[in-house]
Amino acid sequence: MRFFSVLKNGITDENPTFRLLIGMCPVLATSLAVTNGIGMGIAATFVLVGSNVIVAALRSIIPSKIRIPCFIVVIASFVTVVDLVMAAFTPGLHEVLGIFIPLIVVNCIILARAEAFASKHSVIASLADGIGMGLGFTFALTLLSAIREAIGTGTILAAPDFGFSGIHLFSQSYSPVMMLLPPGAFITLGLLIGLINTITRKK
Amino acid sequence: MRELIVIFLAGVLLNNFILSRFLGICPFIGVSRKIETAVGMGMAVIFVMAVASVITWAAQYYLLVPFRLEYLQTIVFILVIAALVQLVEMVILKTSPGLYQALGIYLPLITTNCAVLGVSILNIREGYNIIQTAVNGVAGATGFTLAIVLFAGIRERMDFAPIPAALRGFPIALITAGLMSIAFLGFTGFRLAELFGI
Repeated sequence: MRFFSVLKNGITDENPTFRLLIGMCPVLATSLAVTNGIGMGIAATFVLVGSNVIVAALRSIIPSKIRIPCFIVVIASFVTVVDLVMAAFTPGLHEVLGIFIPLIVVNCIILARAEAFASKHSVIASLADGIGMGLGFTFALTLLSAIREAIGTGTILAAPDFGFSGIHLFSQSYSPVMMLLPPGAFITLGLLIGLINTITRKK
Repeated sequence: MRELIVIFLAGVLLNNFILSRFLGICPFIGVSRKIETAVGMGMAVIFVMAVASVITWAAQYYLLVPFRLEYLQTIVFILVIAALVQLVEMVILKTSPGLYQALGIYLPLITTNCAVLGVSILNIREGYNIIQTAVNGVAGATGFTLAIVLFAGIRERMDFAPIPAALRGFPIALITAGLMSIAFLGFTGFRLAELFGI
């Protein structure tokens, strides 16, 4: 089935974070806790799916010379939708993710998929690509934030927005604060990509 | 005046755009193989970020706020930045071919540099006036340039280092950035506001 092979491609072979190595800013910045990671992942996935479908549907109408500004307007519209919806329904998460929600506009993954995939493929294939890339991004973000949250706070899956205090692993007094600071994000992601390179190389 | 110095130093050292705010990671890793290209990119970013900060500030307070269109901020800002980058490219091409040769290839990349949109939105969220906005834009971009040039210097040396195969390229670059970020954490000890008596 072609739909599922395109879908799977985004999660594994062409995972945007681990394989294509694009769109790193939100991955590094919002990976403090699993809830933030999943929230950011879902927001980006929504924008990605929406912009992919619209760009694919309009691909014969958009003149190729001004295609990039057109894509940006489509993407920015979806980002505005996400921004307003999150401000209304998950104000806590909206506050924590801060400027990284409007910054989904300039996330390279979304413009790259519009340009490299959606502007050349059918609506259905672009839908699959959007979902696959979105899930791949969410998966990477969740994995990184799980490691940082678990080591950095001694707790995992804390979700203050939903009144869940998380699963307690070990005392906070043993946890290195460095994991929650910017260096923790850089170093953990570097080692994680190195680990994935090692695993995929052996196959 | 003292307040502006605090904004500048905080933007360059304390809240360094790359190493503590995570804005502009793509060009930071993509355009940092050589010191010369890193300097070129840095200069282009300083120029665009200073102008973009001021123009988006004007768009916010003279266009969006009077017409109650604040919810269109994201769309308007990104279009203003994209148009500005195009304009800057054309002006530089006409007026100074030498500068164009040095900066030209970096300019299109700047539209999708999240630091530019990031600083524009931060200026509005912090409630800065137009002077503070301009200073903050230059400070953010200077911090970006400082980080990317230092990083390029490290990377040039790293080409000759024996690095494990799995970490070569991108992963080691991230780890290096992490170590630089630890060094920059040292600046958090500076109490700038007290130092300048504000």
